[in-house]
Amino acid sequence: MFETLMNYLQYPFVRYALIVGILIAVCSSLLGVTLVLKRFSFIGDGLSHVAFGAMAIAAVLNLTNQNIIVMPVTIVSAVLLLRAGQNAKIKGDAAIAMISVGALAFGYLLMNIFSTSSNLSGDVCSTLFGSTTFLTLSLSNVVTCSVISAIVVIVFLLFYNKIFAVTFDEGFATAAGTGAKRYNLLIAVMIAVVIVMAMNLVGSLMISALVIFPAISSMRIFKSFKSVTIFSVILSVICAVTGMLISILAGTPVGSTIVAANVGAFFLCSLIGLFHK
Amino acid sequence: MSMIEVKDLALGYENSAILKGLNFTVNKGDYLCIVGENGSGKSTLMKTLLGLQKPLSGEILFGDGLKKNEIGYLPQQTVVQRDFPASVREIVLSGCQSRCGFRPFYNKAEKQLAEQNMERMGIKSFEKRCYRELSGGQQQRVLLARALCATQKILLLDEPVSGLDPMVTAEMYDLIESLNKEGITTIMISHDITAAIHYASHILHIGKKTFFGTKDDYIKSDIGKLFILQEGGETNV
Repeated sequence: MFETLMNYLQYPFVRYALIVGILIAVCSSLLGVTLVLKRFSFIGDGLSHVAFGAMAIAAVLNLTNQNIIVMPVTIVSAVLLLRAGQNAKIKGDAAIAMISVGALAFGYLLMNIFSTSSNLSGDVCSTLFGSTTFLTLSLSNVVTCSVISAIVVIVFLLFYNKIFAVTFDEGFATAAGTGAKRYNLLIAVMIAVVIVMAMNLVGSLMISALVIFPAISSMRIFKSFKSVTIFSVILSVICAVTGMLISILAGTPVGSTIVAANVGAFFLCSLIGLFHK
Repeated sequence: MSMIEVKDLALGYENSAILKGLNFTVNKGDYLCIVGENGSGKSTLMKTLLGLQKPLSGEILFGDGLKKNEIGYLPQQTVVQRDFPASVREIVLSGCQSRCGFRPFYNKAEKQLAEQNMERMGIKSFEKRCYRELSGGQQQRVLLARALCATQKILLLDEPVSGLDPMVTAEMYDLIESLNKEGITTIMISHDITAAIHYASHILHIGKKTFFGTKDDYIKSDIGKLFILQEGGETNV
């Protein structure tokens, strides 16, 4: 088993996929804690569907760099969803459901009507559930991903205290002059970026698992914001690596294996949490 | 000049006013209680004072060296906070946020301030405990310590004793009174008219009729007599 692994690791594309997987795991879990606590979990889910729709448009337009469309569309949607959450006209959860299902439908429709690909259902399936085999990433993909991750992590660290204040108590933070709206926007933009990045790895339907599970699992055991955040990053990386290694050895789809690892970790953490009390 | 001067203020949401023509002043060292029926606009008034909501018309002037972000706020607890994983220390320290400006991390002086306020509120011994595991009274002390990190001048308390048992309620009132005696101006929203007329120096009654004046004038006024009778009657049953 160890030999097979070593064999695989000789290929650069396997190493690239591992690196990107770890980076995505770090970013998504960092933001996950805030998202879960702010009751924004579904925004991640909604955004991933929007990203799917945008990707369909990019595919139809035959763009080589799909991120030119996918990234801005997802960021704009993130901002709009946040606004909707605060606006009373259409309630936040309904707005998210509308946008996400709408984007999903239009994405599939577009791909169906205009697709030039011979394997349409295969394309759709891999966009929704992640690719079945390991990703073939180029070095430039890895570099882009590293730069984006570095920015996300640095921004999170710099604004850590403010993000905590805004997450715990928006009213108090705003009264004290820390504009909650500004930081909500920042969080939304960051989560949009991470989702677009993560889409290739686990597919658009399962991204929210990467965001939500590590945070929830970590909250079962840890009791301060700092420890919850740190542990959720560690847990997320462990699950991502475990999932990817299993998927190499057993030939299972990468995305769902990682999510399965996260689900397993959640039950384990719940058990530990129970005995801890 | 007074610390807060409210002139001809109208409050409400999207052009439907709940309250109109509100005038009152708060001076240094005052203990103002805001009373009134449910839905009379007490919380809206507090949000407007804090700048969380814009007044429909009228103005709020801050004076006596008070800046807008120097108000210590004790909000009502939200659902989010009940199961929030945060240590007491983290929460108290977040009260120093307004002192930071764009600086990303807390400095020594701010950490010291947090320590002092935890000691002042008697919660230093469980600074590492998780907020959600504390009792209601302890949680309020944590939030009060956070508010004290944000200000040394004025506290705004939104129903600080709601959900607390009678013993803890009395403790909380005493604590607030001692802070007021230290010179911290206090504005409190309260359901509890008995406590309001016991502790406050001034009363602002809002609703169909408004009253603003000292506690003694309020007790003598018609509106005050009626409200005390109503509310007092309810609690005695």
